[in-house]
Amino acid sequence: MTETTLSHPENREPTAFTQEELGWLPWLEPFPTEQLTERHWAGLVDASRAKSPYFLLLARDPDILQARTKTDKDIFYNTSNGLPRSERELTATATSRSNGCIFCASVHSRFATQYSKRGADVQRLLDEGVEADIDIRWNAIIEASVALTDTPIAFGDEQVGALRAAGLGDPEIVDVINGAAFFNWANRLMLSLGEPTPPAKP
Amino acid sequence: MSTIISDVIDHLAGVQPGSSLDRLRDQRPQARENAQKSYLALFEPELPGHVTAIERYAVATFVAGLHRQPNVTEFYAASLERLGHPRLTDAIRGEIARGSVEGPYGRYPQGPLTIEDKEGSVYQVSTDNRERLGSRLAAALEHAHLLVFHPRDASPAALQRLLDAGWSTTDIVTLSQLVAFLSFQIRVVAGLRVLVGASSRASVDADQTQIFTGVLASGAV
Repeated sequence: MTETTLSHPENREPTAFTQEELGWLPWLEPFPTEQLTERHWAGLVDASRAKSPYFLLLARDPDILQARTKTDKDIFYNTSNGLPRSERELTATATSRSNGCIFCASVHSRFATQYSKRGADVQRLLDEGVEADIDIRWNAIIEASVALTDTPIAFGDEQVGALRAAGLGDPEIVDVINGAAFFNWANRLMLSLGEPTPPAKP
Repeated sequence: MSTIISDVIDHLAGVQPGSSLDRLRDQRPQARENAQKSYLALFEPELPGHVTAIERYAVATFVAGLHRQPNVTEFYAASLERLGHPRLTDAIRGEIARGSVEGPYGRYPQGPLTIEDKEGSVYQVSTDNRERLGSRLAAALEHAHLLVFHPRDASPAALQRLLDAGWSTTDIVTLSQLVAFLSFQIRVVAGLRVLVGASSRASVDADQTQIFTGVLASGAV
């Protein structure tokens, strides 16, 4: 049996960064829902993820999906100490903006807005790009995320110094590193296994 | 070899047990534990499917090399050398040298972001090494290079090249996770190393201050 890719000639891919809710279409066949075993369900972590073609595609290798999802959740949702949730979402948005993941940036810019209540500042990051001059603290977090996203990695004493000058201690800096590093994982999967679809018309 | 290392990120970043960074990493215990479980799922999988250990370590060595992280590269190369022919590791090192560019670059869908398009090379394995590596592994390296440096250029055609080279849909998911996970692991290691360096410099400074103050107090100057 020869497997093939899936194509979506009718889809009009979004051409700009947005905080609106986008969809996503896979380029490879997701795992068939009716064949999910206990191991696949464990990989999906939340049963509701079986509705997502992205997670169903990743469920083809369930063990790495499970570990990936648990890593993700702790980095972003465990808000005991460290960076506020809004600024973790900022690392995700800045990383996605730098790599060029329109879908990932849409999800995490919405979260950044929801938790920071600074939708206009978040929109400037999307519209003007990672060079947007917002304020000392956000600039330092964005610049650190972008330096971590560069290959070869450009993150060094300069970025740590700027983060410290902006009031971040080591626990917060570890969260910046984890958040930006994790989105270098997420962006590569989202960008390379499928394509975004435009927001649903109201 | 790798099984005796309980936490690969700590090992590669030089995080010492009981150090302040060790305690900081414990703030996110699930992330720490599952970063290690991710490593194990990819490099010591319970059900390896059709992606061989040699393929996994060859791609990992290549990806770490493209990031110019020598200690991570040598970590994965050690396993590759243990499992494969020495010529295979040489071929991977040769391809690292040929493929090392700077990212992220790539194109956006035609529209307002087109002015941000950044041109860059499309990497192909050299003719000599293609023969040494075989078409399946060569296709994996070419895809890994795309994911490392210009993931926004990804396309169904890129995945079709993997299918044509003998990678199944499930194999492609594993390969994609492997390259994407390494992009994470290498950045956590690089980031923590900066903090380890900063804190060891701070403690050296503190020690020197203490010695100096001690010398002053003893009146020996």
